[in-house]
Amino acid sequence: MNKIETKNLNLYYGTFHALKGITMSVKANTVTALIGPSGCGKSTYLRLFNRMNDLIPGVKIEGDVLLDEKDIYNNKGMRIDELRKKVGMVFQKPNPFPKSIFENVAYGLRVNGMNHASFVEERVETSLKQAALWDEVKDKLKKSAFALSGGQQQRLCIARALAIEPSVLLMDEPASALDPISTAKIEDLIYELKNKYTIIIVTHNMQQAGRVSDKTAFFYLGDLIEYNDTNIIFTNPTDPNTQSYVTGRFG
Amino acid sequence: MTHLDVELKRLKDEIVEMFELVTQQMKKSQLAFIGFDREIAREVNFNEKRVNALELKIDKDCENIFALFNPVAIDLRFVLAVLKINSNLERIGDIADGISRYVIGTGNPFDKELIDITRVNEMFVMAVQMLSDVQKAFDSEDTKIARGIFQKDDLLDEINENANSVIENYIRSHEGNISQSLHIISAIRKLERTGDQVKNVAEEIIFFLEAKVLKHVSEK
Ligand SMILES: Nc1ncnc2c1ncn2[C@@H]1O[C@H](COP(=O)(O)OP(=O)(O)OP(=O)(O)O)[C@@H](O)[C@H]1O
Ligand SMILES: [Mg+2]
Repeated sequence: MNKIETKNLNLYYGTFHALKGITMSVKANTVTALIGPSGCGKSTYLRLFNRMNDLIPGVKIEGDVLLDEKDIYNNKGMRIDELRKKVGMVFQKPNPFPKSIFENVAYGLRVNGMNHASFVEERVETSLKQAALWDEVKDKLKKSAFALSGGQQQRLCIARALAIEPSVLLMDEPASALDPISTAKIEDLIYELKNKYTIIIVTHNMQQAGRVSDKTAFFYLGDLIEYNDTNIIFTNPTDPNTQSYVTGRFG
Repeated sequence: MTHLDVELKRLKDEIVEMFELVTQQMKKSQLAFIGFDREIAREVNFNEKRVNALELKIDKDCENIFALFNPVAIDLRFVLAVLKINSNLERIGDIADGISRYVIGTGNPFDKELIDITRVNEMFVMAVQMLSDVQKAFDSEDTKIARGIFQKDDLLDEINENANSVIENYIRSHEGNISQSLHIISAIRKLERTGDQVKNVAEEIIFFLEAKVLKHVSEK
């Protein structure tokens, strides 16, 4: 069964055709990397799955986006807040709220009406552990999130996304601003999280795509050029454009 | 050219040098063996050190490219192929050296008749021919030439298979020449293995160009 899927998906920003007939499906408990030159539509594609593009004026979407085989756009039974509980997102720059470490992680629970103290505490601890941050912050949960380093803030944002127990995790260049140690932690984390989540990650780092993902999709100018097992993309890609891109000879 | 392209070009030049050096070694070992020329045999023996040094240098360069450039796709296959071609060529270098040592270590020149009936010189000619073909295949990135090598190897196999009975018969009538007969049969075995090494090189060339693995496949 496909966890998420798009069928002949077109997206326009006004008259600009940003995604061109993308058909792609992702199995549960896998990591898929989206790669491609800047402006090719990776972030746009990622944002389809939590309907973040809807907020942008002038956006027109055609085709189907399915989560657990159900359409998430033309589906009266699927409210956006319900969808966002199932689909978490982590952005390129860590964006903690101006609150304590604890409240950052608890935020999604509280918004969703889950306020029972011991339940929240337990969920915060579990999420911080999953995000490999617990040991570093367990003695300062009341401190401001801004007191954390960049890499810690990013893991905090991951913990925040995990707290509401989504089944899909979208990550848009989650490690691009981090040092190698934080990057390695996030990559290990992705590997661990695969057991419970379906992950789609945008990355400009080819080695990272190779290390973390099962499948890789190469986008170029709004087209999905090649979608294949990651080891094939990095050993013997089918399309000459994919080969040029992964070997750093593009354009 | 990207920085990686420059490094890959350098690597290609080095392995081409290795091809040339090893082919030279094989040609000279033929001259030494067939013409029973100790002078040339010593030269081969001396140049074996250069083959070994170049092998180490190429290994080191491949290692550096892996570590520093993380090559992928065709670049990755190229470096992997060079690494294996390098070790196959080095073994052919060993073989050329080994054959030359028979000349240095043997008392009398080989019996001309024995050389003729065993067809050992034909094997040398074919081994050198295969080496030069495989270098051409690598240089011009031509998998057709690479595939042509597999047939040529059949001749080496055939001569090698017949060699036992030929030598057996010869020894019956030339009991004084047992020791040189053994040298000749050893050289024949080594030349047969040279054919296998060249075939491995051809397989690596096809792998790097077409991403097809031909190892352990009977239909190529
Ligand atoms: N809000 C918007 N309004 C208009 N055009 C947009 C908008 N967002 C993105 N685009 C355009 O859509 C195309 C795809 O953008 P997107 O952000 O998806 O690219 P990307 O592959 O994520 O690039 P990068 O690697 O630089 O993050 C680009 O040409 C971009 O200019
Ligand atoms: Mg982007």
